[in-house]
Amino acid sequence: MSDVPWLVLMIAVPAVGAAVVAALPAAREALARQLALAVSLLVLLLAVLTTIAFDPGGERFQLTTSVAWIPDFGVEFALGVDGIALSMLLLIGVLVPVVVGASWRDTPPPRPGRPARSMTAFWAWLLLLESLMVGVFAATDVFLFYVFFEAMLVPMYFLIGSFGGPNRQYAAVKFFLYSLLGGLVMLASVIGLYVVSNSQLGEGTFAFDALRQLEIDPNVQKLLFAGFFLAFAIKAPLVPFHTWLPDSGAEAPIGGAVLLVGVLDKVGTFGFLRYCLPLFPDASRDLAPWVLVLAVAGIIYAALLAVGQSDMKRLVSYTSIAHFGFIALGIFAFTTEAATGAVLYMFNHGIATGLLFIVVGMVIARGGSRQIRDYGGLAAKAPLLAGVFLLAGLASLALPGTNSFVSEFLVLIGAFPTRPVFTIIATVGIVLAALYVLLMYQRVMHGPPRGVLLVDEDDAGDGDTVRPASGGTGATAVLEAPVRARVLAVRDLSRREIAVVTPLVALILVLGVYPQPLIELISPAVEATMIDIGVDPGGSTPAAPGSTGTGGTD
Amino acid sequence: MNEVVPASVPVDGLLSVTWLVIVLPLAGAALLLLGGRRTDRWGHLLATGTVVAAFALAVACTVALTERAGRAVSLDLFTFIETGSLDVTAGLLLDPLSAVFVLLITGVGALIHVYSIGYMAHDPGRRRFFAYLNLFVAAMLLLVLGNSYVALYVGWEGVGLASYLLIAFWHTRPAAATAAKKAFLMNRVGDVGLALAIFLMFAQLGTTSYAGVFGSVGLLAGGTVTAIGLLLLLGACGKSGQFPLQAWLPDAMEGPTPVSALIHAATMVTAGVYLIARSAPLYDATPTARTVVLAVGAVTLLIGAIAGCAHDDIKKVLAYSTVSQIGYMFLAVGLGPVGYAAAIAHLLAHGFFKAGLFLGAGSVMHAMDDSVDMRRFGGLARRLPITFVTFGLGYLALIGFPFLSGWWTKDAIIEVALDRGGWSGWVLGGVAVLGAGLTAFYMTRLMLMTFFGTPRWEDGVHPHEAPPSMTAPMVLLAVGSVAAGFLLVAVFPLSGWLEPVFGEPEEAAHLVSPLVVSIVVTVVVALGALTAWLYVGRREVPTTAPVRVSPVVTAARRGLYADTVNESLVMRPGMWLTRALVWLDARGVDGAVNGAAAALGGGSARLGRVQTGFVRSYALGILGGAVLVAGALLAVTA
Repeated sequence: MSDVPWLVLMIAVPAVGAAVVAALPAAREALARQLALAVSLLVLLLAVLTTIAFDPGGERFQLTTSVAWIPDFGVEFALGVDGIALSMLLLIGVLVPVVVGASWRDTPPPRPGRPARSMTAFWAWLLLLESLMVGVFAATDVFLFYVFFEAMLVPMYFLIGSFGGPNRQYAAVKFFLYSLLGGLVMLASVIGLYVVSNSQLGEGTFAFDALRQLEIDPNVQKLLFAGFFLAFAIKAPLVPFHTWLPDSGAEAPIGGAVLLVGVLDKVGTFGFLRYCLPLFPDASRDLAPWVLVLAVAGIIYAALLAVGQSDMKRLVSYTSIAHFGFIALGIFAFTTEAATGAVLYMFNHGIATGLLFIVVGMVIARGGSRQIRDYGGLAAKAPLLAGVFLLAGLASLALPGTNSFVSEFLVLIGAFPTRPVFTIIATVGIVLAALYVLLMYQRVMHGPPRGVLLVDEDDAGDGDTVRPASGGTGATAVLEAPVRARVLAVRDLSRREIAVVTPLVALILVLGVYPQPLIELISPAVEATMIDIGVDPGGSTPAAPGSTGTGGTD
Repeated sequence: MNEVVPASVPVDGLLSVTWLVIVLPLAGAALLLLGGRRTDRWGHLLATGTVVAAFALAVACTVALTERAGRAVSLDLFTFIETGSLDVTAGLLLDPLSAVFVLLITGVGALIHVYSIGYMAHDPGRRRFFAYLNLFVAAMLLLVLGNSYVALYVGWEGVGLASYLLIAFWHTRPAAATAAKKAFLMNRVGDVGLALAIFLMFAQLGTTSYAGVFGSVGLLAGGTVTAIGLLLLLGACGKSGQFPLQAWLPDAMEGPTPVSALIHAATMVTAGVYLIARSAPLYDATPTARTVVLAVGAVTLLIGAIAGCAHDDIKKVLAYSTVSQIGYMFLAVGLGPVGYAAAIAHLLAHGFFKAGLFLGAGSVMHAMDDSVDMRRFGGLARRLPITFVTFGLGYLALIGFPFLSGWWTKDAIIEVALDRGGWSGWVLGGVAVLGAGLTAFYMTRLMLMTFFGTPRWEDGVHPHEAPPSMTAPMVLLAVGSVAAGFLLVAVFPLSGWLEPVFGEPEEAAHLVSPLVVSIVVTVVVALGALTAWLYVGRREVPTTAPVRVSPVVTAARRGLYADTVNESLVMRPGMWLTRALVWLDARGVDGAVNGAAAALGGGSARLGRVQTGFVRSYALGILGGAVLVAGALLAVTA
């Protein structure tokens, strides 16, 4: 099975699918989305087969393919995955079909004075995005990585700019400019690496495996590190490079938002681990305290901002910024446990926040508003919607039993031995996480019926509606003051919606109880990374009875 | 307990399926939640059945345990997390300490499930209620059965979730929703302490299993043990409603009354006591942390008792009573080896009589159209005879009426407190005796206002006795309230059963003779009860609370200003900070960037152009960047 070019297939299938869908006439929207679903399910199958073909105990990079691309500069079309990249491919494989299902009934935003766009383009961009996302994780040539990294912006730009909310064009341009800026600085470092390799090896190369064996002068390392770091810190937004994400997350269509925070932003944290640490170990060690300051400040700062949001999609975006702080903490703590936790976090966050975005989208689809204050008391009428909303929220606050607990716990317990102060501050973030999740949940789901979904009882049509409880206060009292009774008109999850959330709910629970298979997939690559930066991969604690593990500087 | 690695004696027979005790109620919860409306008709019976079965299995396992050498079984189930030097195995530990908790949880849990069949009979959310209740039982069992701090933590937050779901069970009521959120948040503050304690253990010892940690306590520096002890205590305070994290527990009474009985009286809130008792080998090594534990206990037992004296809501009085009684247990575990068994005995006895009292309160509410205002009760003894008798027995057990449960277990705690000697022994003993007097006062006040005197019922209330499914558990718990103390102290001494965990009970030379202690306590209790009679028994109770009262009463009514302090020190500053940051993020951080974005073509008028020229400007951008880069590189390498 290992001679099948799985990675090429995973890039080619959605790319061809995108081309076919794009070629469809605008009127064939139904066929377009059916094709998109079929292609994304095929990619999921490929991702599973790729994982089966991968041997966790084998070489670091497997399923490699390499073709000369720009021979004059030593650029190769080189693909290969380690356990870290593979876990991201699995995440893409799972999330895209779910996103297709979640976007199934989406309609293009109205354009004053012009006919609305066809959704066909949406499906084509989505598939193209999937292809490029696979490419960015599978590339083992740094230049190829850069190309995918930049190319990925284009479909996302159009997903936000053409199919997003009222302020979509502002958000799309902001997203694009931020990413472009980061990408350009990274390009500088990519070329710098080439120059260094040229002088050390006699011929320039972009091959990751060759580059990580270079001995680079520490000062040059710092410059090159800075280039990569800036690009990645914008992509997986660390405070203060984060302000594009709340706008993009809020304005993007739900499907786009899920892939944006679920996968696209992970390229940033993936880049820290794949490129910053192994290529510039000295710089990483020297600059780690500064990165950790950004990471931990982000955990607290973004969580407080999430508490203060009134727009549900912005709120979820800010929670993601806080979560990226945890991931960065795990990566820059330089222990196997924390870094494994960080990679697991990348996967789990995609599932959990993906689900949270999707259920928030389902609420918005019912009420037409992103504002928390426009809802209230939905749980009484839509218990399934409320249940899934709560589960997604609990996964977001890393409750034990959900997948996110395992990753957050690993990050914190792994970072504590080397970075106790940062870890203690980060741990306080778990209280804030509970606060932003439960505040939103209470306001939207609990309390008396309230908000835009209230209708006059005569219009409700069925007897199965909930009356506002008497004795409400504030806004409720005003809403229920009129003569006619007002009831909540909201339907619970449809069959399609149940089908969309079920895979994510199942993953949250299964990986919450039995995460070890995924950990075993990730660990070897993490250990290799630890060796690259000169840390004992055996673990961070010295005195375990019967163990000889050492390491853990500071 | 002192071995570094537990001897892996193969476990076979019944004990090898101890995990079923947890899985049974968990499966019940899963079935009810996933099965949806199809399980509406019989779901509550299934849920009750799983807990009864778990109780039967727990009894059988405990019997099997008595025949085992060392009276302990450690079961490794599967690898939960293994990477680097961290190895967390999902495993269970059944030993005398966890066994008594398992019996308490499944036994009282089964009774309360039965009671809820009647209590929740007409509630449209009955299935959801039983599912959550089952979920709670499963999580609580994991908490006490786990063989590592990680397993305990999973159960710990699991019961927190169940508590949240059940407090907010009637979630259309804003007060219930807010109380649930408050409980979860204050618990999470405690959880930070517990989590950090676990991190510290791992960093220092490389393990989080009980066997590993307790086996190498000697390797830890004194300051580290104290830090771990204090962090664990923070967790315990959150879960058990102890000072300074006690304010959530009275609010938690918004949940249905069976929930108050099971979770917020008998089991979950005693998890903090379990945590400290379980961590005995750690606390034995740190007198400093132990002193803080007993100080917390002493302060809380007074806070709870004082606040309990001034409330008119029957459930809130009982809730403050729980706060106060758990204070006694903290005081006892804080005393170290001499107090562990006394604390656990009081915990078990309290589990019986407080659960019984809450069920009785639920029966009263059931009779009084869900009213909880004792000022509108009165004269219920004749209308609710079974409730009156069972509640009365629980009352006598709680105040420490001679030879009933509380008399055995509370006096034991007062004795060990006095035995501490020195001024601190006298202070602690004095506080405990004073607490007993206050307990007698607020509970007698509650009895008199509810069951005696002239009826002060609202119009249209027709009190009637509850159905047998509710009264039967009340009767059984009343029997427990009467007998538990006698059985646990005199007949089958708990200290002997717990010996494999806490070591041999030492027969201390008492500084004050137990007989004298007993007489003094009984006199103080009688005085407390008499005072209550003078206040509310002898004269008419006004149907509205008097407004002109002393500052002490006002303070007690407001729970000694715990909420006020939390609000002014944490909540309001937090809200201001949040608002300020939201403004800063939009104006400051983003404002700067927006200026740049506008300059680069982000202005709305020019958006169209940016978009049409998209590909070209992109390419130009990359080209321009490359030129810049090449220049920079030349400068660096030159």
